[in-house]
Amino acid sequence: MRYDFIKKNNIKHFILTLYFLISFICFTPLMSYAENSSQSKELEEAEERLEKVEESFDAGELIFDHILDSYDWHICTWKGKHISIYLPIIVYSEGELYCFSSKHFHHDHQYVVKDKNGDDVVFEIPSEGKYEGKVVRIMSDGSEKRPLDISITKTVCGLLISCTLLIIIFMIVAKSYRRNEERAPKGLQALIEPLVIYVRDDIARPNIGKDYEKYLPYLLTVFFFIIFNNFLGLIPFFPFGANITGNISVTAVLALFTFCITTFTGKKHYYQDIFNTPGVPWWLKFPLPLMPVIEVVGCFIKPFVLAVRLFANITAGHIVVLGFICMIFILGEMSAAAGGAMSVLSVILAIFVDCLEMLVAYIQAYVFTLLSAIYFGMAAKEEEH
Amino acid sequence: MELITPDFGLLFWMTLAFGIVFFVLAKFAFPVINGMLKKREEEINASLENAKHIHEEMEKMQERNKQILAQAREEYDKMIAEGRQAHDAYIDEAKKRANEEKERMVETAKEAIEHEKMAAVTEVKNQIADISIKVAEKILGKELSSDKEQLDYINRLLQEIEERNPKA
Repeated sequence: MRYDFIKKNNIKHFILTLYFLISFICFTPLMSYAENSSQSKELEEAEERLEKVEESFDAGELIFDHILDSYDWHICTWKGKHISIYLPIIVYSEGELYCFSSKHFHHDHQYVVKDKNGDDVVFEIPSEGKYEGKVVRIMSDGSEKRPLDISITKTVCGLLISCTLLIIIFMIVAKSYRRNEERAPKGLQALIEPLVIYVRDDIARPNIGKDYEKYLPYLLTVFFFIIFNNFLGLIPFFPFGANITGNISVTAVLALFTFCITTFTGKKHYYQDIFNTPGVPWWLKFPLPLMPVIEVVGCFIKPFVLAVRLFANITAGHIVVLGFICMIFILGEMSAAAGGAMSVLSVILAIFVDCLEMLVAYIQAYVFTLLSAIYFGMAAKEEEH
Repeated sequence: MELITPDFGLLFWMTLAFGIVFFVLAKFAFPVINGMLKKREEEINASLENAKHIHEEMEKMQERNKQILAQAREEYDKMIAEGRQAHDAYIDEAKKRANEEKERMVETAKEAIEHEKMAAVTEVKNQIADISIKVAEKILGKELSSDKEQLDYINRLLQEIEERNPKA
């Protein structure tokens, strides 16, 4: 019996059993499900326990659980029980808004509510398929349909927390500037001030030119938003640690803001450069508008690259840190000694990577702001000086 | 792949949240911070300018002080020199005057001595004349007939004495 092997704590057998079980669970999920119903209660219990052990094994799942969004915020697993914060799900489907806790999906597979006509509306989070891990509505014909989903997910929750903190911090700083007029900065103000001056003097002014003051609030907001969320993402405890800037949607919105500001504040000269690029032979423009096409595509590629760069850097950093930590458990499951030895190495490596990540957190904020400033500089450029 | 697919809900919330953050910070925080920074910068620049100005002024003043000091020293030296000169002159004068006085006093004393000597010589002459008369009277044992003859006689005798003994 598999159950007995665990009781004896025989590691060799235990590992063998786990390998067997992992392959069993992975490759024949339906079969095991069918078997479960017909087998004894004892076996079912054993399998349940083993499944829990197996969960800690899957480094990939653990890492992606952190990197990706989810409807609940998993804080920790204590004695085999997940401690999570269940966040609200908000969906808009067929002209009606539904709002309910994601806890329902942990009790039951499905969540059923009545719509205004009194008919059953079934929501489900499928574990596979096209909409894996997303809330879908099961239509009356049994097909899955994705509703308009504006749930407060983990990332949204983290985002709201960090935005609130950001606003509070800057209100405090602004207040201390008002109160502390004509005095040396102190406290939070002294922490923020060098960065503000840095963005202003080393990013905005040299790249934009005399119009820099118009763009400065946006550049400062972007810089502090990114650096703040990057740093919060490195803190592994509850209200922080959500992978905000490592999410393509978040970086896409930031890039979109930069794109919109560049496009809408672009002066005549900016558009002239795009559609009638100076210093290029006429045959690259006239019969076949090659240069204008390249330039216009370039306008869209620039923000796209901004978004992808930030997303990829932060995500990669998180994956590497978590990878090092996971190595402890992977080796620990093979043998306690290997796990113990690895833990020392892993922690050292993880600390090293974390330090590197702090550097990356700053550099990415800098790069995003710098490139935004350069694009604004192109948009705000007047006639040739 | 979920990882690289933008999610509508998140896009929506991010736009909203970032929009609000941007609006609030750009409206309430950054104008204050940037304004104050600019103001402080200008103040610092003004202060530095002022300090520079004061420094220059001080240097000028120092230069002037040095000049005044040098002038004062020069004057002092001059005064000392003058004082010494005056002192020397005074001493010289005093010495000269003292000398003159001394000489004058010596002269006066000499005169007085001469005078006294003359008086004494005259007295002695007269007494000698008297004594000579008396001696002559006694020697001659007789009175000469007239004083005139006697005096002539005596003068003759005295001239003889003087001729024999001019030092007396």
